[in-house]
Amino acid sequence: MIAWLRGNLFSGWASGLATLLVCAGAAALLPDLLRWGATHAVFAPDAEQCRALDGAGACWGVIAEKYRLVLFGRYPHAEHWRPALATALVLAVLAGFLLLPRAGRFFLGRAVPLAAFAAFGIAALAGALFLMAGGALGLAAVDTSRWGGLPLTLLLALGAVVGALPGGILLALGRRSSLPAIRALCAVYIELVRGLPLIPVLFMAAFLFPLFLPRGLGADVLLRVLVALILFAAAHLAEVVRGGLQSVPQGQYDTARALGFTPWQVQRYIILPQALRAALPALTNSFIAVFKDVSLVTVVSLYELTGALQLALAGDADWRPYFLEGYLFIGAIYWAGCFALSRWSARMEAR
Amino acid sequence: MRRRFAEAGRRAFLWQALAVGLLLLGGWWVAGRVEGELAARGIRSGFGFLLQPAGFEIGESLFDFHAGLAYWQAFLVGFANTLRVALPGLLLATVLGALIGFARLSPNFLLRALGTAYVEVFRNVPLLLQLLTWYFLLTEKLPPVADAVEFLPGFFLSKSGLAFPLPAFAVAAGELAWPQRGLLNIEGGATVTPEYLAVLLGLAAYSAAYLAEIVRAGILSVSRGQVEAAAALGLTARQRMRWVVLPQALRLIVPPAGNQYLNLTKNSSLAVVVGYPDLVSVANTTLNQTGQAVECIAILIAVYLALSLATAALLALYNARLLRRGSAA
Repeated sequence: MIAWLRGNLFSGWASGLATLLVCAGAAALLPDLLRWGATHAVFAPDAEQCRALDGAGACWGVIAEKYRLVLFGRYPHAEHWRPALATALVLAVLAGFLLLPRAGRFFLGRAVPLAAFAAFGIAALAGALFLMAGGALGLAAVDTSRWGGLPLTLLLALGAVVGALPGGILLALGRRSSLPAIRALCAVYIELVRGLPLIPVLFMAAFLFPLFLPRGLGADVLLRVLVALILFAAAHLAEVVRGGLQSVPQGQYDTARALGFTPWQVQRYIILPQALRAALPALTNSFIAVFKDVSLVTVVSLYELTGALQLALAGDADWRPYFLEGYLFIGAIYWAGCFALSRWSARMEAR
Repeated sequence: MRRRFAEAGRRAFLWQALAVGLLLLGGWWVAGRVEGELAARGIRSGFGFLLQPAGFEIGESLFDFHAGLAYWQAFLVGFANTLRVALPGLLLATVLGALIGFARLSPNFLLRALGTAYVEVFRNVPLLLQLLTWYFLLTEKLPPVADAVEFLPGFFLSKSGLAFPLPAFAVAAGELAWPQRGLLNIEGGATVTPEYLAVLLGLAAYSAAYLAEIVRAGILSVSRGQVEAAAALGLTARQRMRWVVLPQALRLIVPPAGNQYLNLTKNSSLAVVVGYPDLVSVANTTLNQTGQAVECIAILIAVYLALSLATAALLALYNARLLRRGSAA
């Protein structure tokens, strides 16, 4: 114990000084933070009480009052069980995927076949989409313009990743193709899109796509934004996949060809499985980036988590002063998602 | 055998012709539809609108701008504003990132923990949310300008932004124009708006988390044996860092750091959500006013692409210099 303290806190005069400074800072700030966040805070959804605080404590009541608006946006209030259930379904699919190897061994004694899981995942996602959209089986139809909050964030992120991964793989293969025209087209697309920030791409979805899409198809902002997210993410994923492809030695390709595999079979059975495994940590980082980037769709007036918070608080004079508490609340949600993904990726990398 | 090669060549040609043909066909179809739609909406395509008066004011600008000036001048102001926030942002992020990167490698447990906590918090929350939070803190939690806090001599922070001393070339070279508390306002010196501050701090704090990881990885990449050998030769910790570790670590740090700088510049486009008039924000206003969507987005693409290419060129230059020096040594 003493040895640890000496080695890690007081190993020299500089280290000792740093320890003292950090402790002094903590002693100065932590009590105030504790007072603001806990002991003086108001937890009841009572605007009067919050106003009486006059900034001396946090008003967590704002979350208790507004959490449904923040989590589900403009979705009809009486139907909130539907987005709640849809969110649970999406989270179950995600958790299932992340824990797949472990859960299989735990429940079945062997790994769950990927095909079986994919079938379950697709069914669950279709169920989630149906719950959100309704229009049959006694569920009232809800227009996509009223979708919002956490389910919108999750569906857009998942949709973008699922849609972009095949595109990214094809682009990466195309960029390494022996055909010069294909190679050039893929390279130009990848570099062009990667050079752009997401916001102009979203502007394209909002303002350019309707100029050429047929009226019916172009009317749905959500669909256009999803397409834009997929096009954007595909270019970024392509570079990550290409990194994985480069880690597979050329000899494997030659050997498989010599054994009589066709070029597509070599990619499908020999190269891609190894490349994707090698690229998995970097791919996870890209997924995290997509999850965070979805917050930008607020700019084209889709009310995902961040937009829904603005919607919930900006128009309400009683609760408008407590944006900070709201930001901390959704920040915690984003943080939990990203942190869990990055931990998972670190564990896969270590294996 | 020769026949099989010829056939493979023909197939390759066909595939490529098919891809290019499909692309051209798609492009032609899109262009036709866009033209028809624009004609139906009565919008004249082309960049002619850039010469017309903009008709909107821009909140802050490096040059004198008013609504009577042309759209192209508005775009120029927007681009200058993008650089005005991105360049100081790079500097701030680099300093902060290097400090945190070093903290994460410190022998001191508390510093290490603080560094890790910083990286994990700032990397795992969307930048947009961070910008909004900074903006809220700066505009709602600070005192009004009459009670501005003077946290350093000459630096006043309040709801209306930050006032700071400025080298006043007009007065006398090398002299500072100091801001002073006036009756209702801070007078003299230079000021930046809370919008600018929010974007600057948000971008710097977010990018610093990534730069810290890059710095850490670069330093860790230098093998322990080298550090131990340097220690055995009697170099102090500071000398080891300066002469043995850093020169080698920099080769691994500079390329990803360059990409991070580019990301920071691209991320400054999020300024639009707090109302800082950067390039994207000006383009957005112009687009809403004129309906010239194709042209405005084309300008955005061209500018950001030029920035990416410039970054790539600089990095290639750096690599070439490194290789030359490496071979000379």
